[in-house]
Amino acid sequence: MADKALVRWGIAVVAIAVLAAVPLMVSAYTVSLFISMLAYISLATAWAFFSGRTRYISLATAAFVGIGTYTVAVLSDHLPLPVVLAIAPAVGFAIAFGIGLSTLRLSGVYFVIFTFGLAELIKQLVIWFEINQTKTLARYIFVNASGTLIYELLLATAVVVIAGVWWLSRAPLGYALRVIGEDEMVARHAGIDTTRVKVLVFAATSAVMSLVGAILSLRYTYVDPNIGFNSLVSFQVLIMALLGGIGRPWGPALGAIPLVLLFELLSGTFPHHFGIALGLCFVVIVYYLPGGVMGLVDRWREW
Amino acid sequence: MTDTSPLLAIRGLHKSFGGLQAVRAFDLDVTPGAIVGLIGPNGSGKTTVLNLVTGEIAADGGSVRLAGQEMIGLPAFRICRARIARTFQLVRILPGMTTRENVLVGRLFGAAPVALEPARRDVDALLHRVGLAERAEQPGAQLTYIDQKRVELARALATQPRVLLLDEWLAGLNPSELQIGIALIRQVRSEGITVVMIEHVMEAIRALCDHVVVMSAGALIAAGAPDAVLRDPEVARVYLGDDDA
Repeated sequence: MADKALVRWGIAVVAIAVLAAVPLMVSAYTVSLFISMLAYISLATAWAFFSGRTRYISLATAAFVGIGTYTVAVLSDHLPLPVVLAIAPAVGFAIAFGIGLSTLRLSGVYFVIFTFGLAELIKQLVIWFEINQTKTLARYIFVNASGTLIYELLLATAVVVIAGVWWLSRAPLGYALRVIGEDEMVARHAGIDTTRVKVLVFAATSAVMSLVGAILSLRYTYVDPNIGFNSLVSFQVLIMALLGGIGRPWGPALGAIPLVLLFELLSGTFPHHFGIALGLCFVVIVYYLPGGVMGLVDRWREW
Repeated sequence: MTDTSPLLAIRGLHKSFGGLQAVRAFDLDVTPGAIVGLIGPNGSGKTTVLNLVTGEIAADGGSVRLAGQEMIGLPAFRICRARIARTFQLVRILPGMTTRENVLVGRLFGAAPVALEPARRDVDALLHRVGLAERAEQPGAQLTYIDQKRVELARALATQPRVLLLDEWLAGLNPSELQIGIALIRQVRSEGITVVMIEHVMEAIRALCDHVVVMSAGALIAAGAPDAVLRDPEVARVYLGDDDA
């Protein structure tokens, strides 16, 4: 048993070391593809830890990614990069905390609609502010960050997020989230402080999204609200988590990798029909793989 | 009975839903170690009382004290941790979780919670007590009705209650299951837990309760020993009608 655990740790360490060395071995294009994968792995894993377990389906991922992006766009001229990258998740956490307190009393479809509306509202507020206050609709990001730096930052984020989710899944907190998802009334009457658990985990996973948005923004030289707050991101993250399966710590990551590759292929091959292809993916995944890839693996094992 | 100070004291409890007074001026004293039956026709406000006491809905007025500590105004999880546990009128099983996981929540988050490993051990002992030891790994969705009832009881007991509120916990059981259920409630009381049970099964009320209170249209209309209360013509009129003797 201990040997098995040791082997697993060994494999994980070697895998992380190999992944860290990837930028030394591959082309700039491949690095950028890996950057997208790592970003979506963190986003889908964080999303699934809250929304997958509690079944409070959030469509606000784009809002928190955008908050991270805009934190960099606004502050990067004035503060050193590490400071900006520390502030971004803090801003995401604070905003999600406030939103969580006021909205996590909503349940079911109301929460879904609210989060979607919220993401749109934040985007429109930023547009309004930029037009009326700063008299500009776009910002330039002048940060000297190489693809390798962005890659390593996102790799570190993904490792911490997956390890954190893996660890919390086995802890009372991860279990409490599942109980809330199964029956919130039971959770309340069995002693779970459901409001606190939901708000803190929603805020913490939103902070991860803002951090990813902040790191990703270093790729851009130019950002406007439609790029920063792209609502498609919310749906892509959701479908990745569904494809991978939300019941396991690794599931969302396994969903993110093939879909990033697929979206890359589709947007390269059919740039004008990308939306149609994306819609078809949604339909097929939801229809044929309700348990996700991990559910499929379980079914194979049972055979 | 009157010389013991009540463990649970409800005074002037009020709740309206729109124009409907679901519970009005409701008083109840429950002495430690008692089994109190709360009966009355459907819609008389019994479950509302239970929801008010456990913080599921907010009271419009009144007081609920457990050993002197006010419960009104506390959120449900705090009332649970203050050692008032409940079951639900319609059984609430966590279908995607095993029997053990269904019960574990109470031990991990109820009163005097412990860490995961000791909690699992305590839960397994509890499952043994209620007759679910062999079902520990079975998914909640696959349990039979009586076993689902057992899970709810075990989950409530796992929170370490002083007062256990049962909402028609014996409803829908067949005659032999009913005897098992009655024996389980007796066992709970023998462990020092005070029980308040909403129930329609008169056989169980006669077998278990020291004291019965009757509600009609949100108010308490009779209280006393089961046999005396069930003979009261007013109780017979509002509740028993002619379908029970």
